[in-house]
Formats: sequence, structure tokens, C-alpha cells
Amino acid sequence: MTSVTTATVVPGEPGAPKAPAGPGNRARGGARLRPWLYLLPSAAVLVPLFGYPIYMLGLLSVFDYRQAQVSGGQPTRFVGLENYATLVGDGRFWSVLGQTLVFAAALVVATLAVGAALAVVLTRAGRVPRLLLSLAAMAAWAAPAMTGSTVWMFLFDADLGLVNQVLGIEGFNWFYDRWVTFGVVGATVVWHSFPFVMVTLYAGIQAIPGSVLEAASLDGASAWQSFWRIIVPMLRPLITIVVIQSIIWDFKIFTQIYVMTNGGGIAGQNSVLNVYAYQTAFGSSEYGLGSAIGVVMTLILLVVTLFYIRAIHRNGERL
Amino acid sequence: MKILNWAAAGVALLALAACAPSTAPAASGGDDKSGTLRVWLFDEPNRAPKEKVVGEVIKEFTAANAGVKVEVAYIPTTPARHEKFKGAFNDPASAPDVAEYGNTDLAEYAAAGGFSDIGPDLSAWSEGKDIGADLLKSATVDGKVYGLPWYIGIRSLYYRTDVFDELGLKPPATLEELTETAREIRKKKPDLYGIAVGGEYTFGAMPFVWDAGGDIENLASPESRKGVKTYTDLLSDDVCPPQACASLTGGKTVELFAGGKAAMGILGNFNRAAVDAGAAAGKYAVIPLPGSKAGTIAPAFSGGNNLGVMKNSQHRTLAVKFLQLLGGKAYQTKMFEAMGNLPTLTSARDELAAKDSFLKPFLDTVAAGTRFVPIDPAWVKIDNQKVIPTMLQKIATKQATVEQATDEAAAAVKAAFGRS
Repeated sequence: MTSVTTATVVPGEPGAPKAPAGPGNRARGGARLRPWLYLLPSAAVLVPLFGYPIYMLGLLSVFDYRQAQVSGGQPTRFVGLENYATLVGDGRFWSVLGQTLVFAAALVVATLAVGAALAVVLTRAGRVPRLLLSLAAMAAWAAPAMTGSTVWMFLFDADLGLVNQVLGIEGFNWFYDRWVTFGVVGATVVWHSFPFVMVTLYAGIQAIPGSVLEAASLDGASAWQSFWRIIVPMLRPLITIVVIQSIIWDFKIFTQIYVMTNGGGIAGQNSVLNVYAYQTAFGSSEYGLGSAIGVVMTLILLVVTLFYIRAIHRNGERL
Repeated sequence: MKILNWAAAGVALLALAACAPSTAPAASGGDDKSGTLRVWLFDEPNRAPKEKVVGEVIKEFTAANAGVKVEVAYIPTTPARHEKFKGAFNDPASAPDVAEYGNTDLAEYAAAGGFSDIGPDLSAWSEGKDIGADLLKSATVDGKVYGLPWYIGIRSLYYRTDVFDELGLKPPATLEELTETAREIRKKKPDLYGIAVGGEYTFGAMPFVWDAGGDIENLASPESRKGVKTYTDLLSDDVCPPQACASLTGGKTVELFAGGKAAMGILGNFNRAAVDAGAAAGKYAVIPLPGSKAGTIAPAFSGGNNLGVMKNSQHRTLAVKFLQLLGGKAYQTKMFEAMGNLPTLTSARDELAAKDSFLKPFLDTVAAGTRFVPIDPAWVKIDNQKVIPTMLQKIATKQATVEQATDEAAAAVKAAFGRS
């Protein structure tokens, strides 16, 4: 999605490479076309792959499109913004949206804290512990979301789970209280996503010249101070990108919630937007309404993505 | 140049706007008398006995119809079955000729125009008159019969005879007694649940509502509320604590009863094998779920599966023949012996009742009258949105009062009917 936006926006912008002044009109025309030519291969792949689904999503969201329409039993009807009006008037949509935002925000903070802490640990640890930590993180990263969720669910099973057996609280249901459930699911999500943050920041820290840190410690800075005053400011561009990526991922969370809470928990108290959209579209066969939720999610993420692109550009200028 | 660009963009936009989302081509069947007949049957936790009976059917069928092959695919009963069926309706090339489907899904499939009307075929069939009228009704939409009821499952009250004997209790004769008995058991044996009930067990809860005079279409009526309250009162610390029971599905309550963790349970005749394989084996008996008045039986849900012929089947005659063989008396009886599925043909049921006393409470329940979900595509929506489980769970976890939760559920039901 991001690439599509960059691909189509950049050449039209005033900042796009200008043709060098000089040899004749023909050469100038060729130079104007050249960026488009370069973009052609990636556009050929990305436009059908991303553009078409998004176009269909938008199209479906303005139609009355349910199972009877899909299988041809009833004619498809254009309803304009009716699906969106239904959504705005639906109290459940707003509560799920609010819940999703809060949950995603908490996940981003937690992922970043864990990832950054372990990145620092990685720089300080000896060879063997570093190797072990890296391996453990890579394994977590490599585990498919489905597998990870199922394993965590087993760990926290009320009767047979390892956690309850170790704590001696057999029969305690971790998926009963709304916030406890979000806690367990959140821990699973963080476990899945911290390795990316850790590896990225570790690479960033390694790239900081040792002399800078040495100078700081000569000036009497503690480890804590040199982290906040030296490392964090120098890594700011990197952190910005990691944060925005985490926001995008965590806002779209689906598998962990769907698997671990059996599609939204007791009385649907743990539902998030993506699960809600899926259930609306495919569970209730309200493809039009489900698409409208998808469009709202896409727009929200598009705003975040714009910040992401800006961050990358600014980054590029600085370096 | 600029104008040209704009013009091109305009043309492109127009072209895009012209295409509305596609719909499947109108299904049209055929009537090939040879080739491969494709059949979809539901997968079961223990499929081997079902597969064996189906194997016999195929043998008999291919012997009688030369040049015909039968290909059976077992599809999961998870919600993914909806997608599979929708896919089959939308794409004739991947559709089977004969399919087994849950009778609660009927209305949606009928609205989608997926199955063909086999009413005339059934009335011309010698065994067709043997299907009970209320059962045939559960396969009928707008006067068209979209399937042959293949088997039904009926739920009744299982209870632990050893626990009842030890505590000197009598099996409950009314719903009120059921609650009292369940409380007493939990009090005297705190490691047992009085009765295994679940917040996601719709068909465990509905008999309470139906018995009180309520129904799915009017969940906020005083009668429905009374039934809902009686059921959710069981989801309390002194019977089945919400912490453990609020998220239970019907299947999980079977596990609890079979595992010896509950003194009672609302289980189906089809759960017999599971209970016999568990800790409760040999220590239980079954009675019909009592109603609120002594001597009455709470109406049970007549859930079951139908066999239908797809509208886009290319082998209509063969498909109907196969359906009549598989759904006929001989194989319904064999299917009962293999899987415990109650036959839909009255004569087959009567024969079995004489042979097997275990069936008596279930057949008594059938005789007292069964109920069904609304035959309307709205039901699938109500089911998929978990309207009834959400209502039960909100009450059980004290997130809402009975009044609030039933009001909410009634609004959701109304919305589902309005938009279907």
C-alpha cells in the first residue's frame, strides 16, 4: 500500500527530479518520461495486487451486497453511503473502534519498551547469552501467528495449562475478565512482534560510533543517562519508523484475538475492528457493510502511512 | 496534452464506474445419466462408522447404475461450511450434486437459490410419506421442499445416578426442582457443577424460553424473560460458576458431564458415545427435560441434517436416486446403529424404540412436540452474530440485567430480520 502511494505520488510532485536544462525539446520529453518508465515494472505488479482489491473494497461498500446478491438470487443495488450511515449509527462499531485504538496504543508502547530494553541488553551481553537471546527472539519472530496463539492459549488453559499448574490456581479462567484477557492476548502479540523492534534498534545502536559513548562516559554520564541523552536522540529516525510500523501492525491485529478469544471473547467484549469487519462481512454475509468497515480501517491506516512516508523522507534528507 | 490526460482519466473513471460487483451466473442444471456423482457429507469427530455405511450405499448404488462413479468429500461443520456452500453456489464447477446440510442453514441456502425443489420427487417416492409433517416443514421454504430430512438430534436431561443415590435425590420433575436439585448437589459436593450449562449453548437455553411461552422472535416479552432468567440463574456460583461456564459451548458441557465434573447436563442422543467413553459411563440415566409444570416436557429443538440436491447439479435424476437410497429406511437404520443419529422416518424410529430403551426419553420429547429456529435467512445472521450467547453471557457476567440484555437481543433480532 505504501509503495503504491509513493509510486504514484512522487513523480507528479514538484520535488520530483526535474529534467536538466539543455539539449533540445526531444531530450527533455524523454527525460520527463523516464521516471515513469522506471516505475513501470513495480507498478505493473503493485497496481493489480493492491489497487484492484482496494478498488473492489470501495465499490462493494456503496452497494447492498449480501449472499443473495453474490449468488445471483437478487439484483445488486447501489445504496450510496447507506452502509456508512449504518456504521456511524451503530454503537457497537464505536465501542469496538475505541477498544481497538486503546489496545493498539498499549501494544505499541509495550512492544517498544520490551524491544528497546532487550536491544540494550543485547549490546551488553556476552557472546553466548547474546546468541541465545537472538535465537529465542528469532524463533518467536518465525512462529506463525496461528501457532503462537494456540500455544499461548494452551499455556493459559484453565484446567490443563502450564501457567495455572505452576501458579497452583487450576480452574482459573484467564479469558473471563475483559482486561485480563486483553493482557494475555497482548502479551502474545508483543511476543510475536518485539524481535523486529529489538533487531532494528540493535542494528541502530551498533552503528553509533563507540567514541561518542566513550566521550559521554568520560564526562560522567551514567548508563541510564547515555541511553536517554545519546542513544535515543541518535536513533530517533529509526524509532519513528519502528513506532509507525508497530501502529500499523497492531491496529490490524486479527489472528491472536480471533484464535485466543474464540472470535471476540465473552459477549464479544474482546473484539477488535478487524475481527468485527470479518464477522460482519463473512459471518453475517453483509459484504457491503463489512467493506465499509474495511474502508474506514484503510483510511485510518492511510493517515498513519502518510506520517510514515514523511518520516522516511525526512530521514533521507538528514542522512 | 493536459486536456488529453484529463479526457483519458475521465474515460477510465467511466469505465470503472460502469462495472458493478459481479454476481454468479444463473445456475442451470443438467441431467447426465453417467459420469461422476459428487457428494458432500459432514465430517464427524469419529467418522469411520459413517464412512463405512456410506461405502455400502455407494456399492449398492454403483451396482445398480452402471457407468456411474460416486465421489464423497467430507466437509467440516465449523462456520467455514458457510463459505464452502457459498462457494459451491457461486461456482457450479466446484459444486457437488448431493449435499448434507444443517437444517438451521436451510433458509439462507434457499434464499441464495442453491438447492433445487425435490418436493415432487419425495411425494412420488414410496418412503416419502413416512416423514413426519413437522420434520418436512423444517425442510420447506415457501412451499418448496429443499431437502430430505436425514436425521435429527434431540436433547434431554442426563443425570448421574450415583450422585443422586448418594445424596438421596429424585430426578427433577419441574424446572424449579431442577434448579433446587442443582444447588443442593453443588452445596454438598462443591467439586461438582450442579448442572453443566454454557453461555454459548443456545439450544440448551432455548427449551427454557420455549417452555415459558417465549420465542426467538420476541426475546423481550415477559414470557421469554422468565425463561431466560431461569436458565441464567443456573449460571451462578451456586450451580455452574460464570467464571468457568459463561464461555462454554454445548460441546464443552458434554465434556464436563462425560468427564464426571457435572451432576446433570442437557445432552443429545448423539452424545451417548462420548458419555460412555468418559468417567460418567454406566453411572447415568436420561429423562426428558421437564417443563415448568409437573408432568410436562420442555420443548426441545429439532436440530438435524437434510440431504439436498444442488440446483446446478449436472446429474439430477442420479442425484435424487442416490439421495433416496442414502436417506431411505434401510440406511437410516444403519446410520443410527453406526452414529446414533435418530431416523426421520417414523416407521424406522418406531422399530428402534422397541429395540433400544435408551431412546425412550428422546422419543417422548419428540412426541411432546419440538420447536425450530425461524426458517428465515435472518436466523443465520442471528446465529453468526451470537445474539443469544451474548445475551446469556451479559446476564451471567452481570454486565447487564435480564431486561437490558433481552431488550438488546430483541433489537438485534429485529435488525437481522429487517435487513435480510
